[in-house]
Amino acid sequence: MILDFIVGIISAGIPLAAPLLLAGLGEMFNQRAGVFNLGVEGIMLMGAFVGFLVVLTVGSPILGLFAALLVGAIMGLLMAVVTVKFKAQQGISGIGLFMLGWGLSGTLFRVYVGGITSIEGIKTFSFPLLGKIPIIGEIFFQNNILVYIIFLLVPISWYVLNKTAWGLKVRAVGTNPQAADTLGIKVERIRFQCIILGSMMAGLAGAYLTIAQTHIFADNITAGRGFIAVALVYFGRWKPVGIMWGTLLFSLAHAMQRSIQVYGINFPYEIAVIIPYLLVIVVLALSYKSQLLGPVALGKPFNRGSRG
Amino acid sequence: MKNKLYNETIYRVLIIVIAIFSALFVGAILLLIAKTNPLKAYYVMFTEPLSGKFGLTEILVRAAPLMLVGLGIAIAFRSGIINIGGEGQILIGAIFGTFIALTFPNLPPYILLPFVFIASFIGGAIWGGIAGWMKAYLSVNEILSTIMLNYIAFQVYMYLIRGPMIDPKEVSYGTGVPQTALLSKNAWLVRIIPASRLHAGIIVAVILAILVYIFLWKTTIGYKLRAAGAEAKAAKYIGVNVKNYLVLAMLLSGGFAGMAGAIEVCGVHHRGLESISAGYGFSGIVVALFGGLHPLGIIPASAIFGLLIVGADMMQRSVTVPASIILAIQGLIILAIVSSQIFFSNIALKEKIMIKLKLMKQGDKDDS
Repeated sequence: MILDFIVGIISAGIPLAAPLLLAGLGEMFNQRAGVFNLGVEGIMLMGAFVGFLVVLTVGSPILGLFAALLVGAIMGLLMAVVTVKFKAQQGISGIGLFMLGWGLSGTLFRVYVGGITSIEGIKTFSFPLLGKIPIIGEIFFQNNILVYIIFLLVPISWYVLNKTAWGLKVRAVGTNPQAADTLGIKVERIRFQCIILGSMMAGLAGAYLTIAQTHIFADNITAGRGFIAVALVYFGRWKPVGIMWGTLLFSLAHAMQRSIQVYGINFPYEIAVIIPYLLVIVVLALSYKSQLLGPVALGKPFNRGSRG
Repeated sequence: MKNKLYNETIYRVLIIVIAIFSALFVGAILLLIAKTNPLKAYYVMFTEPLSGKFGLTEILVRAAPLMLVGLGIAIAFRSGIINIGGEGQILIGAIFGTFIALTFPNLPPYILLPFVFIASFIGGAIWGGIAGWMKAYLSVNEILSTIMLNYIAFQVYMYLIRGPMIDPKEVSYGTGVPQTALLSKNAWLVRIIPASRLHAGIIVAVILAILVYIFLWKTTIGYKLRAAGAEAKAAKYIGVNVKNYLVLAMLLSGGFAGMAGAIEVCGVHHRGLESISAGYGFSGIVVALFGGLHPLGIIPASAIFGLLIVGADMMQRSVTVPASIILAIQGLIILAIVSSQIFFSNIALKEKIMIKLKLMKQGDKDDS
């Protein structure tokens, strides 16, 4: 009974962590280049809707995921123009992007779909043999294919950031853009690339929610996951593995809250739903010292003329 | 000199107008994607509310909460703290006010109403203050904390109006609509125009706007608050305890949003119900930015966005595009306004444009 309960939580928590991890890794690239992109929530909503709509009309999950990448890139481009070209205040710009994505996805959903409809999407599949192993099979080998790809992005992101020339440029731009500029690194170009890459990952994370997780779209379906992903980047100290632990901790708490409801333990529903959000605040409060480890130029627009 | 000021004003207005038009232009593309004729939609949105008593009074009904939230956000922004928690602060303010109004239904209005507003202020102030305190003493990013507090406030509010504070009639009839009991008439704000929903809250809001102006620009505390926001390091040198001022700013900011909750409860709905915040927490950000973070700019700005919100509702009926598009358009306006700031802060760029517009040259000639 207790074992079932725990295994249930872990096996439910891992797929819940996937979209947070994907969006969080994307946000990590943004922030390592010095841009605080709060628009992730809005981008996820648009990715979720567009991915859903494509699967609903065309029927192909692959095309749905590509559409979400595309819409993420478009919104990322907008964010990059506003924050890098026009050097606008990044926090407020992100809120503008969030409202844009929220309002637009809700509107287009009412115009093109109307009501709650479910799609086939991507199903979970069980590995032959491995999936049959008790406990381990249930936890590790019975997920949808995207979960494995997303977790594989953790070492890939680490490698790109720490072992490639491009990753070095990204870190330079986020730490000391003036020095990077002197060395001939195109600060604005690197920031554009990072914002667009991160936004594509956010769009894909949104599509994961509708195509692989819930199989429906509803107004504001992300329910703050984009913002939570941003918070977990702080918690994970801007490192891929740290972000992964953060998203896992977080989604296990989320899964536990769900199990508590399923098991009918007497607890007001609303109070249970609060737990993840409360956890984010606690996590932010506890990791305040780690902010010193963050990218130095985070949130600061780059002016070539000024001396920073 | 006078001429220079004049040119400066023309430049400023020109930039803002261009920014708004670019936002509306992108908005038009979005309307096309939503299978709507943008010209028709915009025409309805901007003119229909102005064409009759209903529309005009409704604009002011929306302007009242927008003004209060906008004022609160301006106080926070001026102190260098970005308060995105308007929605949550409205809800907590609303539930505090509703609680007082339901507990003391027999107090005369001139005692009960101030009491309700103070309670709402305190409720909102607590909710904002949490984020302010965490920003000041734990350096928790206030944008993230206020957003999380929004989600938490919504669940707490829903729990209360579904459970402990639900209208007993909803329980006995078995309908179960999540709303509190109707407030006694003593807690209703007077309707100032008969046969409309326009209530005295708009007057309260305008008076408070003027008070905020006096507070921020004519008092020492207000000055220090703005100093802490403009240049925290310099403010420290002149002996301002920046941390305490951050908390104070968030207390005030949340308190104003909380009073917006009281205005909605006492002025419009006369009870606490589910959609009481109606997105005012986010629209208030647009109002504050559009009003130049200045109380006297926020008064007209809240009327303009009141118009847009009423217009969007009317658009939904006659052009059949969902009113939620207004949220997207407001998002675009935010992006346009924050992008336009570079044309004011970058002096080289500004001079280049002004010369192109022949504003500077003329000014120089007149000076000599």
